[in-house]
Amino acid sequence: MRSFALTFLFALGLATPVRAAVLPDDRADVLYHRYAGGGVTIDGPSLLVRKKFAEKYSVSANYYVDMVSSASIDVVTTASPYKETRNQASIGADVLNGRTQYTVAFSNSDENDYTASTAGIDVSQDLFGDLTNLSFGYSRGWDEVRKRGDAEFSEPVDRSSYRIALTQILTPALMVGFNWELVSDEGYLNNPYRSVRYLDPDSASGYAYQPEVYPRTRTSNALAVNARYFLPYRAAVHGNYRYFTDTWGVDANTVKLGYTHPWGEQWTFELTYRWYGQSSADFYSDLFPRRDAQNFMGRDKELSTFSSQMVGLGATYALPSFGVPFLRRSTVNLFYDRFRFDYDDFRDVTAGGTPGEEPLYGFDADVLRLFISGWF
Amino acid sequence: MDRKRAVAVTVLLAALAGCSSVEPWVKPYERQNFADPIMAGDRDPVAVAYLNHVFEAREGARGALGSHGGGCGCN
Repeated sequence: MRSFALTFLFALGLATPVRAAVLPDDRADVLYHRYAGGGVTIDGPSLLVRKKFAEKYSVSANYYVDMVSSASIDVVTTASPYKETRNQASIGADVLNGRTQYTVAFSNSDENDYTASTAGIDVSQDLFGDLTNLSFGYSRGWDEVRKRGDAEFSEPVDRSSYRIALTQILTPALMVGFNWELVSDEGYLNNPYRSVRYLDPDSASGYAYQPEVYPRTRTSNALAVNARYFLPYRAAVHGNYRYFTDTWGVDANTVKLGYTHPWGEQWTFELTYRWYGQSSADFYSDLFPRRDAQNFMGRDKELSTFSSQMVGLGATYALPSFGVPFLRRSTVNLFYDRFRFDYDDFRDVTAGGTPGEEPLYGFDADVLRLFISGWF
Repeated sequence: MDRKRAVAVTVLLAALAGCSSVEPWVKPYERQNFADPIMAGDRDPVAVAYLNHVFEAREGARGALGSHGGGCGCN
């Protein structure tokens, strides 16, 4: 269930990245992913295949699985640990017409208590002697939220995304980009299992829980600027900054720096650092003063004030040809990312103590991506 | 169409016409760096999409993660 609201954006991310005037290469990827942290383990495969036709058309298909085993702090304090599987299938098609590329994509995701469908279109145009690329896109999502143990429960969510991206070559070594994306949701946006905590003098612990209540609409704006620079000895540095704000009162900043270093003919190494910080939603509280204290109430730690840091290491090894005639090249890749999350107003109630004075929560997470890619 | 609007449209069209003839200051033969895979932010889309999924799952922010756009005119 945790992943439910993300399918929409994930589906958008899997749409063929728009790159006008050149269609994506024919390739196949087989990836194993694993996330472990905060009592949650999620792993599974992802398969992606892309194929061009007549240098004007391209199709892609992706199959992705999340196998979730969750005993997160939310779950252990107000519910029972659970396991579930989410399957997602996506297809996309590109048409190249001169310097304009059109991309359409469709995605469907299903788990036992959530179904999401997304359709999107992107248009990309090379301009000004191909130094500039301008793209814009629109996606629409239709979700159905269900609840285990309540066959009658079914709530819709409609999602829309509008986005514009500009990429500009400034010098023979420097490329910059700007991305803006507006996402608008309407419907049942909270988690039917999650509760908020409030002071209750009649309870032995001093507090009790009631179901969370979210607004039924949310609109967010995100603006990102990024740069990528080619170093004289054939390596690359890149940086990214993103500002985010939404109608729930969440403001966030993201800074990412990376370095890519080839070594010989076979190896490419990557080092990444990312910092993320956000303010809480207006209706978020770790501990409300009483039951029904507000019309909207949330205690989702992803809506609290917190920061996270990530350090990532990656290695890519170009495999020998193995004499396979249709295989142009192939690689094996291993990426490892270490996260640290520190919450400023979400407390670890499992530690006990006076309500509202428990230690602040924090956790580490490890993310692994192991994949093989082949170009044909 | 009033006179001011006609002037504005004319100026806009002239500006766009001018844009289409902008002389590229980075010549095509100077763009080999951008064709190098290490300069592609989406070199491995399936891996990038997964990590973006992790960010979206653990953070309140969303969007503009750069999966879209791109393009380098480096063909």
